[in-house]
Amino acid sequence: MKHDTFKFFSLSTIWLWIILFAILPFVLMLVISFATAGENNLVVYSFNLHNFLNLINYAYLRIFTRSVFLAAYVTVITLIIGYPFAYIIAHTSERIKNLLLLLVIIPFWTSSLIRSYAMITILKTQGLLNSFLLWLGVIHMPLQILYTNIAVIIGLVYSLLPFMVLPLYANIERLDQSLVDAARDLGANRYITFKRVIIPQTIPGIISGCIIVFLPAMTIFYIPDLLGGAKSMLLGNLIQDQFLFANNWPQGAAISVILTAFMLILLWLYWRNSRSKDRHEFL
Amino acid sequence: MKVISRLFLLLIYAFLYVPIIVLIIYSFNNSQYSMLWHGFTWAWYQQLSSDSDLISSAVNSIALGVSASSIATLLGTLCAVSLYRYNFKGQKLLYFTVFLLILMPDIVIGTSLLILFSTANFELGFFSLLIAHITLCLPFVVIVIYSRLTTVDENIFEAALDLGATNSIIFKRILIPLLTPGLIAAWLLSFTLSLDDVIISYFVSGPNFQILPLQIFSMVKLGVDPEINALTSIIFAITVLFVLISHFSLRKK
Repeated sequence: MKHDTFKFFSLSTIWLWIILFAILPFVLMLVISFATAGENNLVVYSFNLHNFLNLINYAYLRIFTRSVFLAAYVTVITLIIGYPFAYIIAHTSERIKNLLLLLVIIPFWTSSLIRSYAMITILKTQGLLNSFLLWLGVIHMPLQILYTNIAVIIGLVYSLLPFMVLPLYANIERLDQSLVDAARDLGANRYITFKRVIIPQTIPGIISGCIIVFLPAMTIFYIPDLLGGAKSMLLGNLIQDQFLFANNWPQGAAISVILTAFMLILLWLYWRNSRSKDRHEFL
Repeated sequence: MKVISRLFLLLIYAFLYVPIIVLIIYSFNNSQYSMLWHGFTWAWYQQLSSDSDLISSAVNSIALGVSASSIATLLGTLCAVSLYRYNFKGQKLLYFTVFLLILMPDIVIGTSLLILFSTANFELGFFSLLIAHITLCLPFVVIVIYSRLTTVDENIFEAALDLGATNSIIFKRILIPLLTPGLIAAWLLSFTLSLDDVIISYFVSGPNFQILPLQIFSMVKLGVDPEINALTSIIFAITVLFVLISHFSLRKK
């Protein structure tokens, strides 16, 4: 039957692509993470754990913990800003809502390299932020913000905020308003309603927002490159370094593998906390 | 309360947009280094148009973006339609893989493709970038098309089958027209993704095929420059245009 030809054709094309260019590369990466870096060849195949054991040393652990902490700050800040932001947008009138949402979608799709570059102009010593603060009289000397960890955090929050807001918005939008009304009728105050009714219903949105922010926050290597100082090396910079400068691919692969494992753990948390109906509406 | 939430919205939108607006304003500033306004000029845009290196990178990027987003749209549509219309073994697995690909950090995709290409002795250049960009765009296309499909009344397919339509007729006469807005949106968004991607391209590009985002990256490392302001303003304008078109084509039902 014709029906089957089409089905067979499309499914085999898709699977072929995904297996060749998504699954196979990852399997190769997994294999290489157990191999050794060679002198002439990039990779000498063998099986040992030393790429992973290597990571348990002071220098690596410091980059690791710094990345995790910095990414956690960024995630928490975007969540604290993003949650009320998404909530307010979801509760405006239909007419304005579309416009407000569009204004979040535009930066979502804009190159974060361009947006980080724009941040340089703002954060420079003679930049707009310092001029503004001087003019306000809050400070008397320009602050050195650019090339510090603060600048990296600002740049990451700036780049990733839309990625937190959109999943939160999608979740808050679907919130069952009758439950909120019922809680209020039963005498719950705003705070209790928020804590007991609204937050639990938006947990899936919170977790998906956090996953989409947390992982890139550790790995967008050009933001620490552009905005950070010499000490701002993050996980992404470390992987980049191992692949392109140190020529130690197995070591870089091992770090990528750990990163992926991290992602799967977060995903598993999401799965456990969401109802099956929500899972299909992720993003 | 209303006032506070309005102020909050305003503040966040200012945070999101002021840096970009400042960048655009400076791209017209008639001074190389000063942060003060020295009058309006087109000079930086003219300088761009005579920078042959940048123009060839731009041409490369457009060629890459057009090919990658066309193929990704085609593949992604096949994938979304299959996920939506058929029941098959491994359906959940396919769904899950697509979903994982979206979440996968770019750096993992980039480095693993680099490993694949080097293991297979595949030369880094246009084709390695093309494969990488298609893989990057594919899951986004699937999401856009799939969510478009879920708004379609399923009975329409039954009706067509009952009336004797073959599968290819259903595809041509029903699916394609229904999906056109989704296809446009998916293509435009894929093009923006391809034009903006730095991390994946960084690993899988070769010395003989320069592309715009990587060239911008190397220029930006040297600091702020009005010519880069002009270039990034143009790219921002293209992004806004594409996002607007896809937004409105998806909204009309």
